[in-house]
Amino acid sequence: MSGHPHASNEVQSDGQLLDATDRQIIVATQAGLPLVAEPYAVLARQLGLETGEVLQRVAAMQARGIIRRIAAVPNHYALGYTANGMSVWNVCDDRIAEFGRQVGALDYVSHCYQRPRHLPLWPYNLFAMVHGRSREDIVAKVAAIANLLGEHCRSHEVLYSKRILKKTGLRIRE
Amino acid sequence: MSRKQKPAAAASQATSPLAILDTPVTLTGLEKCLLNEYQRGFPLCASPFARIAEQQGVTEDEVIGTLESLQQRGLISRVGPVFAPQRAGASTLAALAVPAEDLTQVAEYISNFEAVNHNYEREHHYNLWFVVTAPDQAQVQRVLGRIEAETGLQVLDLPLERSFYIDLGFPLWC
Repeated sequence: MSGHPHASNEVQSDGQLLDATDRQIIVATQAGLPLVAEPYAVLARQLGLETGEVLQRVAAMQARGIIRRIAAVPNHYALGYTANGMSVWNVCDDRIAEFGRQVGALDYVSHCYQRPRHLPLWPYNLFAMVHGRSREDIVAKVAAIANLLGEHCRSHEVLYSKRILKKTGLRIRE
Repeated sequence: MSRKQKPAAAASQATSPLAILDTPVTLTGLEKCLLNEYQRGFPLCASPFARIAEQQGVTEDEVIGTLESLQQRGLISRVGPVFAPQRAGASTLAALAVPAEDLTQVAEYISNFEAVNHNYEREHHYNLWFVVTAPDQAQVQRVLGRIEAETGLQVLDLPLERSFYIDLGFPLWC
């Protein structure tokens, strides 16, 4: 949930600069690796690098947190995880860090953020995106979160998604 | 997050149906295994598919062929690095309470902003939720201001204050 670099030397999340070669690797891999026996060798040839250097740079970017993980990325929607509920919670301010961490660590919660309240319209300060195959599935998971928060949560709601109107991923331009 | 290393699911090639709303998707044991076990920790080495083949007791060709098939069917979006959202920029989660009769038109207006990269309709008084991303905070506020001026609706501006997001993917079958 944030911006994407436009210039070639933007400060990254760890405060370090990403050099031009790192950026080329990002651009070349963000749509996915080629499904061939030696995908990094293919990349290396495209970029005029050695395979070892590509592997090393990818590992370094992962160590710096620029790459979060390397994955076969499932399309949850196509797999039937069509229900997604944005659960919002009014949690005591003095306990939110502790509870945020606990909720964020639940494996059915994909995103968990603290956001400001806008009283009186919007009393909720903790957001947790809950995924499931059905609404019943989400109701059960939300109940488990409510149970975890107990009396430290004054109220909560679940906002079910009805339509995805626009969804674009990370865009780094060449 | 409790992610247990499960033994190879590949051995059993039995098919099992997934509960899907419209189109039933049938997956083999190897497909499930590749979807579930490689949402992180996809091998970073010259021959990653051979490494997976070794881990799962199948051939490299089977791994590549299965991933190709999953990708062709849209069940995985890609195989490769997942990049962390960059903090070089500003963004916010915004919501609008749009009268039902105006929703389609307002939703389209919002989606047309290049600065909007997610736009969801949700079942709530606040029925339109979108993320505004721009190089800096002033530009985010300008977009919100334009949206308020154009729609005559007050935007709920909910910038991220703290993230409890631990992105490890999430288990698909449990």
